[in-house]
Amino acid sequence: MAQVKVNPATTSGAPKSPRPFNRADLERNKIILWVVLAVIFLVLPFIGKPVLELFGPTVFSSTASAVNSTLLFVLLALGLNIVVGYAGLLDLGYAAFFAIGAYTMGFLTARGSPLYDTFHTNFWVALPISFLMAALFGVLLGAPTLGLRGDYLAIVTLGFGEIVPITINNLTKVTGGDTGLSGLEQPSFFGYQFTASSLEGWYLVTLIVVFFSIFMIRRLVNSRIGRAWMAMREDEIAAAAMGINLVRTKLLAFGLGASFAGFAGAIFANSLGSANPSQFKFDVSVLILAMIILGGMGNLWGVIAGAVALAMSDRYIIPFLTEQVRHVADGIQLTTSVVNGTRVTEANPIKDILTNVGTNSRLLIFGVILVTMMLLRPEGLFPNSRRKMELRTAPADDPQALITTDPLTQADEFRSINYNPSDVTDQSGNNDGDKNIKA
Amino acid sequence: MSDNLATSDNLLEAKDISKNFGGIVAVQKVDFVIPRRSIISLIGPNGAGKTTFFNLVTGIYAPSTGQIVFDGKPLGSLKPHEVTQRGIARTFQNIRLFSNMTALENVMVGEHSRLKAGLFGAVFRPPRVVGEEKTARQKALDLLAFVGLGGKGDEFAKNLSYGDQRRLEIARALGTDPKLLLLDEPTAGMNPNESANLTKLVERLRTDLGLTVLLIEHDMKVVMEVSDRITVLNFGRKIAEGQPEDIRANTEVIEAYLGKEYAKTVAEDKGKI
Repeated sequence: MAQVKVNPATTSGAPKSPRPFNRADLERNKIILWVVLAVIFLVLPFIGKPVLELFGPTVFSSTASAVNSTLLFVLLALGLNIVVGYAGLLDLGYAAFFAIGAYTMGFLTARGSPLYDTFHTNFWVALPISFLMAALFGVLLGAPTLGLRGDYLAIVTLGFGEIVPITINNLTKVTGGDTGLSGLEQPSFFGYQFTASSLEGWYLVTLIVVFFSIFMIRRLVNSRIGRAWMAMREDEIAAAAMGINLVRTKLLAFGLGASFAGFAGAIFANSLGSANPSQFKFDVSVLILAMIILGGMGNLWGVIAGAVALAMSDRYIIPFLTEQVRHVADGIQLTTSVVNGTRVTEANPIKDILTNVGTNSRLLIFGVILVTMMLLRPEGLFPNSRRKMELRTAPADDPQALITTDPLTQADEFRSINYNPSDVTDQSGNNDGDKNIKA
Repeated sequence: MSDNLATSDNLLEAKDISKNFGGIVAVQKVDFVIPRRSIISLIGPNGAGKTTFFNLVTGIYAPSTGQIVFDGKPLGSLKPHEVTQRGIARTFQNIRLFSNMTALENVMVGEHSRLKAGLFGAVFRPPRVVGEEKTARQKALDLLAFVGLGGKGDEFAKNLSYGDQRRLEIARALGTDPKLLLLDEPTAGMNPNESANLTKLVERLRTDLGLTVLLIEHDMKVVMEVSDRITVLNFGRKIAEGQPEDIRANTEVIEAYLGKEYAKTVAEDKGKI
């Protein structure tokens, strides 16, 4: 879907396209669609509030807080997708940037912050600073990892993801340690005072950021920069040979991806009124990564769908499932017997296991969902249109298929190729050489 | 020295180039000159150092000794993307296309270093950037048509036939606006018909685009047909250099390719080749 802009424009000229369509019409329809979508989402809380309150006094607030945290996860998933999905840099420590955004906001606005007496400011000023700080740390992390790819990069980012919350936890004097920062001053907007319970207000702030992010990503992907990211993901050596500055392109991906998390962290901390190191642990990084894998890496709408699906199931489906398990566990009657005149309750391992699953199984259920997904639909719920096309048009993953797609040329090919074993060695020798590229 | 070279007719001059990998000498004291608008071939048995030489010119490796002067300026230790910006483009022996991007996008990636849109421009698309993208797209379409891939712009690179992938590599390299184009075995795996077409394409690179071409090739028919001059490498050393006819008759070259025994037989009924 992110490629939608490219495809109609290019297919319109191709002979394959059965009916020509007007590009201007398409553009106009798309703009109308966007405006309608934006209006629906903007008025949603004001319609939703009276409707949901019919069902009970807390239904609106619980739904709205679920929606707000989902929106933040969408923002995080969009940012991580830039790094992992487009630029192909596996980042397992993304929650660190979320933490940096949250704590920057905390330092600048919290009454408990050590900076409070010398320098404090309001939310609207702190928001862009948090964004810049996260971007800066994204670049700082990116710089030492420039020579790394794949597993090695993942390990370094994993380390960074651990270092940040641990540092925050241990710098008690500065960050408040494991009690965190609290009393963040919340913003007012033309007389509307935000509080932790002004859910509509936070919804709108996050929504606007999400909309702008989608706009920005769609534009970037179909630009010189997006093409450079994807080229780098496909083949770094070829990308460099095409004049792409790998250092700059990678750091841009890291910095921009991190800045999304900075935004999310800043809004998150200020909407709660506090920041705490336990909120930014490894499981958050994994959850966000799972969202983009579930939805379909590299596809904007897939990533959003994945974020919504996982964030919502974290709020509703998983608590429901665990409650059912607990319910079953509670239903198991323990047998008691009298031994030597005292009543002894016999241990029941099944009840113990079910009770445990019922209380601690959030991550277990995530794991089961992800493993099932990988087995049934490895390309994600909404795969990148590129991958979808691949699956439809060619027997993918088979290098031979490239040579043998056309039976006629295939026959020619076989007649003309003089198989020479030493060619193969030359080829592999060349591959080895390519790996030792100049740093 | 560089003052002389700026006015010289040579686009590239490599002087005393060596490259060691640990104890292995891949390229040894090679002098090499590429005149402007010429087509030069680099041949030699497998492992002779041809691709290493390409990697030295394109900045993937830094030479252990020696200096390469391109268009009047030394390349020094420029990174690959800086070399490309200076005007040297290449294709790869083992095809390295961006497989999950369309043919058109592949060529547009090639244009990367000639485009200017930054982060701000890409997001807000001022008229300058819109115009730039439009020109870039048109140029990519033209280049695809030039190499004979007109109408295939929307195909994913990995779905193209093998011969088309080789052509796309050339189109992508042309996207960088090169002065010197390095082709690493462009006809490898092609049938005679495709090879003949590619030979014509290489000639058109010079006649239509005014490019200088350095070619690594194993197909002697192509090499003899297209080259102004041939340089032969063996075990990293330059063993011969000259017109196609001279190289064809050079005993040392035949030895390198076919072994001493065979070279003797050839020498005995000389003139038959």
